[in-house]
Amino acid sequence: MNISTLDNLNLNSIGYIYSLNTSENIKRRLLDLGLVRNTCIKPIFISPFSGLKAYEFRGFLLAIRNEDASKIEIYTN
Amino acid sequence: MHGNPNVGKSTIFNNLTGLHQHTGNWPGKTVSNACGLCTYKNSDFLLVDIPGTYSILSNSQEEEIARDYICFSKPDATIVVVDATCLERNLNLVYQIMEITNNVIVCVNLLDEAKKKNIKIDLNMLSKLLGVPVCGTIARKKKSLNNLLDTTYKVCKKEIIPTPKTVSYLPIIEKNISIIENKLKNIFNLSSKISRWVALKFLDSENTIISSIEKHLKINISNNLELKNLKTNILNNLKNVGITQNNFKDFITSDIMKYAEKICQEVYTFESQDYSFKDRKIDKILTSKYFGIPIMLLFLGLIFWITIIGANYPSQLLFNFFDFIQKHLINFADFINCPYWLSDLLILGIYRTLTWVISVMLPPMAIFFPLFTFLEDLGYLPRLAFNVDGLFKKCCCSGKQMITMCLGVTKWKIF
Repeated sequence: MNISTLDNLNLNSIGYIYSLNTSENIKRRLLDLGLVRNTCIKPIFISPFSGLKAYEFRGFLLAIRNEDASKIEIYTN
Repeated sequence: MHGNPNVGKSTIFNNLTGLHQHTGNWPGKTVSNACGLCTYKNSDFLLVDIPGTYSILSNSQEEEIARDYICFSKPDATIVVVDATCLERNLNLVYQIMEITNNVIVCVNLLDEAKKKNIKIDLNMLSKLLGVPVCGTIARKKKSLNNLLDTTYKVCKKEIIPTPKTVSYLPIIEKNISIIENKLKNIFNLSSKISRWVALKFLDSENTIISSIEKHLKINISNNLELKNLKTNILNNLKNVGITQNNFKDFITSDIMKYAEKICQEVYTFESQDYSFKDRKIDKILTSKYFGIPIMLLFLGLIFWITIIGANYPSQLLFNFFDFIQKHLINFADFINCPYWLSDLLILGIYRTLTWVISVMLPPMAIFFPLFTFLEDLGYLPRLAFNVDGLFKKCCCSGKQMITMCLGVTKWKIF
């Protein structure tokens, strides 16, 4: 099991959430959307000016900026 | 009426009440409660459209409005509108609401979208698993709303009594909740449903929620010494098993999501992934590194071109028309021997300024806004925001502001 951060996950590869170390507000919002530990997450699109990616989890897409994604720890198998 | 943002609450609301609440294809357009009346079987219903939220725990203003409404205004029934295409996320809110009130009706909206994506949902199963009535609707089709109205009617008349199956958390958390719950029941004489919920929030140290509970129920929880000591004890115990103030919410949400996942496994059947795949392909092009920006510029350029060039013709027509009337007005003023100072003031002053402004401003707006609405309905605007967010971040803005900026650009043309 390797732990890394969400922004380092390659496009279309799968990771699982380990912990959210973002600020309290963002953390709450992510939890509300169902991004709890062990959620399967997959980056699908990358914005043309980089800076943010769109991730798929629980059947929908969410765009997260890399600065926030770098505070989200994931594990991969 | 509650639900996640952008699931079609306002559309359902409008169709039931005949009102014209503004609806839009973006989240967060309802910012305060809207009320409307509707009649069914000779009974009047007062429907309240609540701002869409993903949860009722957090601190934002809409969530506070939503939460306070369910908790304290004691509606006869609470309709939770959910998106059929991503049930898991929506069930989080359903579970949270079921913790506060029993009279919950789940309305599974956007069934047409789900059908397009080849998703089948077993509504009877969903109803059985949640313990509350479930109605499937397609908000735009009024007929499909009858079932919802009928169920609401029956719940209000107590013909159907929902028995929500709420989440049970980790045994250690449950044990401590019931300790506080019993204390609350004894001290403040609350019903067991509410005291369980208050106990949970109290353990979670949700100070904003606690203070609004105190305000509305006129009780004093945070200064009660007995409760305070109990809480410190419990928190210490929980800390020993690895549950701290910081990750308490994680545990609660994970448990809710586990239930939601289980339900989705039971009620969803995917027939094929084709549709979603096609959607993705289009999105991929729209947001790709090489095509994303050119396509965006093309789209916007086309719209601006149509607006700016296209608006000249109706502008000219309007101008000629008003000019024609102006000549007649001047003749008429001469005819009735109106003094020059008055006719100049009225005709060359007020009338001319007004009509110039109309003929210059009306056509671009009448062309631009429908076109922009068209882009909005296509769902292109979120992709637009996604594309340019990188640039906007450099000035500490978010990509969403691109949309506002586009609206601004037309104004440049006008002035």
